Amino acid sequence: MKPVAFDHQFPASLSDAIESFGEGGASLMAGNQSLGPMLNLRLARPEKLIDLASLSDLRAVEETGTLVRLGARITHAEIEDGEVPDPTGGWLREAAGHIAYRAVRNRGTIGGSLCHADPAADWVIVMTTLGATTILQGPSGERRVPIEDFIIGPYLTVLEVGEILTAVEIAKPGAGARWGYWKYVRQVGDFAKASAAVHIDPARGVKRCVVGALGRQPLVLAESEAVLDGSMSVAETIKGALPDRSGTSLAQHVVALERAIAQAMSDGGAS
Amino acid sequence: MDGDIGGGGPEGFGIGARATRREDHRLLHGKGRFVGDIKLHGMLEMAFLRSPLAHGRISGISKPDNARGLVFTAADLTGVKGIRADSALPGFKSSTQPILADTKVRHVGEPIAACLAESRAKAEDLAEEVRVDFEEIAAVHDLRKARDSSAPLLHDDWGENVFLESAVDTEFETAIQGAASVVTRQYQTARQCMAPIEGRGLVAVWDRTLEVLTLHSATQMPHIVRTGLAGCLGLDHGQIRVIAPDVGGGFGYKGILLAEEVCAGFLAMTLDRPIRWLEDRREHLTGGANCREHYYEVTGYAAADGELLAVDCSAIVDAGAYSAYPFSACLESAQVASILPGPYKMRGYRCKTWSVATNKPPILPFRGVARTGVCFAMESMMDALARDLGMTPEAIRERNLVEAAEMPFTNITNKYFDSGDYQEALARAVEAIDIKGIRAEQKTQGGRSRIGVGLSVFCEQGAHGTSVYHGWGIPMVPGFEQATARLTPDGGLELRVGVHSHGQGLETSLAQIAHDRLGIAPDKIKVVHGDTAYTPYSTGTWGSRCIVMAGGAVAAACDALAERIKGIAGHLLQGEADAVTLSGGQAMIGSAAVSVEEVGRTWYLKPQLLPETVDPRGLEATEGYKTTQDTGTFSYACHAVKVRVDLDLGHVELLDYVIVEDAGTMINPAIVDGQVLGGAVQGIGTALHEEMPFDASGQPLASTLADYHLPVASDMPPIRLIHMETPSPLSRFGQKGIGESGAIGPPAAIANAVNDALAEFGAEITQVPMTPERVLAALSNAGGGS
Repeated sequence: MKPVAFDHQFPASLSDAIESFGEGGASLMAGNQSLGPMLNLRLARPEKLIDLASLSDLRAVEETGTLVRLGARITHAEIEDGEVPDPTGGWLREAAGHIAYRAVRNRGTIGGSLCHADPAADWVIVMTTLGATTILQGPSGERRVPIEDFIIGPYLTVLEVGEILTAVEIAKPGAGARWGYWKYVRQVGDFAKASAAVHIDPARGVKRCVVGALGRQPLVLAESEAVLDGSMSVAETIKGALPDRSGTSLAQHVVALERAIAQAMSDGGAS
Repeated sequence: MDGDIGGGGPEGFGIGARATRREDHRLLHGKGRFVGDIKLHGMLEMAFLRSPLAHGRISGISKPDNARGLVFTAADLTGVKGIRADSALPGFKSSTQPILADTKVRHVGEPIAACLAESRAKAEDLAEEVRVDFEEIAAVHDLRKARDSSAPLLHDDWGENVFLESAVDTEFETAIQGAASVVTRQYQTARQCMAPIEGRGLVAVWDRTLEVLTLHSATQMPHIVRTGLAGCLGLDHGQIRVIAPDVGGGFGYKGILLAEEVCAGFLAMTLDRPIRWLEDRREHLTGGANCREHYYEVTGYAAADGELLAVDCSAIVDAGAYSAYPFSACLESAQVASILPGPYKMRGYRCKTWSVATNKPPILPFRGVARTGVCFAMESMMDALARDLGMTPEAIRERNLVEAAEMPFTNITNKYFDSGDYQEALARAVEAIDIKGIRAEQKTQGGRSRIGVGLSVFCEQGAHGTSVYHGWGIPMVPGFEQATARLTPDGGLELRVGVHSHGQGLETSLAQIAHDRLGIAPDKIKVVHGDTAYTPYSTGTWGSRCIVMAGGAVAAACDALAERIKGIAGHLLQGEADAVTLSGGQAMIGSAAVSVEEVGRTWYLKPQLLPETVDPRGLEATEGYKTTQDTGTFSYACHAVKVRVDLDLGHVELLDYVIVEDAGTMINPAIVDGQVLGGAVQGIGTALHEEMPFDASGQPLASTLADYHLPVASDMPPIRLIHMETPSPLSRFGQKGIGESGAIGPPAAIANAVNDALAEFGAEITQVPMTPERVLAALSNAGGGS
């Protein structure tokens, strides 16, 4: 279980990385917590591995009155430990603290996780629920893509060849915002079997229920508001949104959303 | 862990002392030396092209053009024999496991070509370039379909896919007359991988001067590997040395001869280069030998007062594609039939077993062997009977368990229970888990979760010997266990044993026994093991035998050495040898003393001081040991667990866990604790997590530890150990084998607790692991829970 030989590159700048990446046949490496095993299993066989470790641009953090921008190479542990500002006043720290286990969090990065786009990953659903914006740099410059348009399928993003996710912007919630995130993990360290997150932000007009770990990109419920005010049942809404799936396959997701909603409505759900 | 741990025991280092494990200094500081740490000049790494198919004929193999002399197939293994492990039981069908598959592949992961290179990565590159043409054959993937007339044949000349069929019937029809309760259930255990932290691994080196092949191998039975290897390679035993260095866990997985070992030995000799192969996790999960997969149809018959009248069972063991050396494909199913009744009294018993061949890797005995499955089936059925009769689980057990006054007890399958008080173990567990309190709590519960309590009672036969294994007729039959005790010129003691310590703490517990016999200081006692060149022949470490057998042998060798020491000391003290006593490193007659060190120095370095009549055998003794009868020691336990079941998710949470355990005399209670706890963790894995699923084409579906779920620290409830200590009348110090016990009880106890929690819905789970999906299915099948 050893990787196929690859050329391990350490670009001196972001533009060098973009250029080399644009030549094709390359994988980007950030925390290497998902790519590493895939290399060893020979499921990923890049000719070049572009190591982003030396690019300080990707570790930049910026806070304004309305948002926080986290560089793509900020680690889960840095978020968990509060070493970078949490725009939500604690929701991100809490979510980060339950990603896999500490050894993974020490190296795994927020950008790497979003680009890998594992359907069951924490940041994938959390950022979708918070309506984050991804910032991409590529051969033709920068573009800003809302997270819902960034992750377009299981392990699938809109990143084009040569394009690198450099940062994520998360808006600060307004007064009275509420939050709930619940995932079913049988064992510490596992990916979620089912997950759901809820964000209610009256000041910004947000009422959002999202279901994750569905083997696809997170499901943002169009009827979030009706689910939250109780006029539509969680089970019927999820089943209605995913008519091709059996009820039993969604049972744990229904529980996840019910519990996320309960959490958001509880005392702990306030910002 | 908290609560009652251990029975204390004397201070110091003698028998019963809770001594710190001496090997841990090395192991916990990263100073152990494992096969993976061995690097030799000129060494080549070996990787295998393994079968991607579960069943197929090989119609052609082509090696890469650029790899002349580095890729080997079956055709290159001149004179090498495949691995055979036959049983002498009537009707047993023998299989030959090829070293490299030649005409046919019978499971995914079977080695086809060995590829050598300077690095493992390059060896894997080569393996990718080997082309094999297959004609795929339908796979046998379900143990229940293996005997279908339409099932494809694994071994073409067998005519069926059955290694062995057995049947016993003791007064069954008579016993069931008048039964008030008859319950029938189907129970199934999943196929598992043993997943030791260190996988298999080897370095093979040919010494052309001495003409000796040295195999460094992560094995728990070096002498048996040597015997098996000699047979396959056509070498004399004197031409093979097997060294097992530090070994990172075995559990039975390191108790077989591997095709990889034979292949590496042949190539090391042929090429005159050291060859290393380190099994990786994917190889272990998808191609390495498996364990545990059983299916039972059990019917229990009881009288209205709960008396167990009879048990009827049909059991199938999925033995995989080949009979693995040395335990064979019969061991597990033969065990099922003989151990199902366990410590229960009954009037009649009937059991049929089939050990079937399937397109999966061979099955091996895993910690607990068949007992884990048997205990799950038997103890779940006892609870089903109790529910049917309106009795409590503790009451039906109390009604039927053997009583202390009946010891020694021979049960319905002629198992000889040497000693113990099973009723007392049950009573203590019931008390400690607080069944009354849990029952009261259950009356007030509501919402979307339920609590439950479950019990399992079982025995563990350990250190069973010649008559038992000869009866199964497998290639390995344990006889006398030997040990060598040698006093060195500086008064140190070397103990040489043929068993291997790969987690059991034998470097400590055997030294404790020697210290008890000779009074030599612990830091002057060295336990030498894991090398066929240094140690007496032994079948090795398996079957919960070491503390009884190797412990007995060490005591015997030390006692013989003591006589020699006393002879010399008597002369030095100008007294009679018979009057000498040994204590604290001194040999004494009354107040006169000479140090044992001086005795050693005199024999080796100052023989001029000794008379002509001195015993010429000197200060080294090899002695053999057997228990007073070889039917085995029976340790036993009662597990009691409290669970909470989430009715929406199907999640099972362990809230409390009690183990009442009787290991007989404990040589080192701390090691007993460790063995029981470690086993219990693996048993919890069997109960809740571990499963290697196969699809209909025989593909293993969990190829990494992300999919094959091992128990993890956060799954563990507080486990409270309560020791009883009933000596065995059969062993040297009353000690009983305990290494496997912890792994036997959890699936049964946890399933019973889950079924207790779900009882109000009429739901019952009968399959492990108890995944959320299975718990929800059980609720849904019962039409309840929502």
